[in-house]
Amino acid sequence: MIMDWIWGLLGGLMIGAAGAVYLLGNGRIMGASGIIGRIVDAKGSQAFEAAAFVAAMIAVPAVIALIWLPGTETHLTSDWLIIAVAGLLVGLGTRIANGCTSGHGVCGMSRLSPRGIVATLVFMASGIVSVALFRHVLEII
Amino acid sequence: MRIFFAILSGGLFGAGLLLSGMTNTNKVQGFLDLFGNWDPTLAFVMGGAMIPMAIAWQMTKSRTPVIGGSFPEMPAAEFDRRLITGSILFGLGWGLAGLCPGPAIASLSYGGTGGFVFLAAMLIGMRLAPTASRYLDSRSAAA
Repeated sequence: MIMDWIWGLLGGLMIGAAGAVYLLGNGRIMGASGIIGRIVDAKGSQAFEAAAFVAAMIAVPAVIALIWLPGTETHLTSDWLIIAVAGLLVGLGTRIANGCTSGHGVCGMSRLSPRGIVATLVFMASGIVSVALFRHVLEII
Repeated sequence: MRIFFAILSGGLFGAGLLLSGMTNTNKVQGFLDLFGNWDPTLAFVMGGAMIPMAIAWQMTKSRTPVIGGSFPEMPAAEFDRRLITGSILFGLGWGLAGLCPGPAIASLSYGGTGGFVFLAAMLIGMRLAPTASRYLDSRSAAA
């Protein structure tokens, strides 16, 4: 348990360092939903930069999992209906709100952005309600 | 240079998500499960990520981005229907599967078929979002 927390802190420092590089280097907010959204919109050079970001974001964990952490898995449910509904909600919600855990959460809260703080509190509360409802009341996850 | 920073940042982001345990949906749902066996790991990840980011925001005060231009301004403190409704929808999906956009991407190589199903559904949701946002705006205007 304690080791999980230490790895959480170390991984978190890396995520924060990644956001710092993107901000100080390119002057941009490192938000996963925004970066993926720029590829979905396919806007020329912005989409190319976003694609490079996403490619590295897939490739580096792929190499780490292959070399150091064989057997890594996401423990995602095998129920495709639940996965599809969840994916749809995440895609829809993060783009309507213009940010997710990285953009509003990490980047927004660390500059004490009122919108980032409010969004994070709302999606955290909603996530807690979601798990309570689907796990403990409906018992489908 | 711009592409170099994008690759460096994306690589660090993906590695951090894997090593922190945040691509494990059990740990994310465990954090959100206040009424079960609560797992605080996500709080350590968030706390850890805040430190370099807060320093970076401080550094923006005395410089410009390496590639030029300017840093993003602090958005006005407006809590519109988009921000609130979108965050509620996102939270519901996040709790349901335990994945948010970052980990969904970072785990693609080891997330199996389910990971691709999630990504496909997420991209469809992102495509539909502008229409949904305009609907919310029309509701706000009518109210």
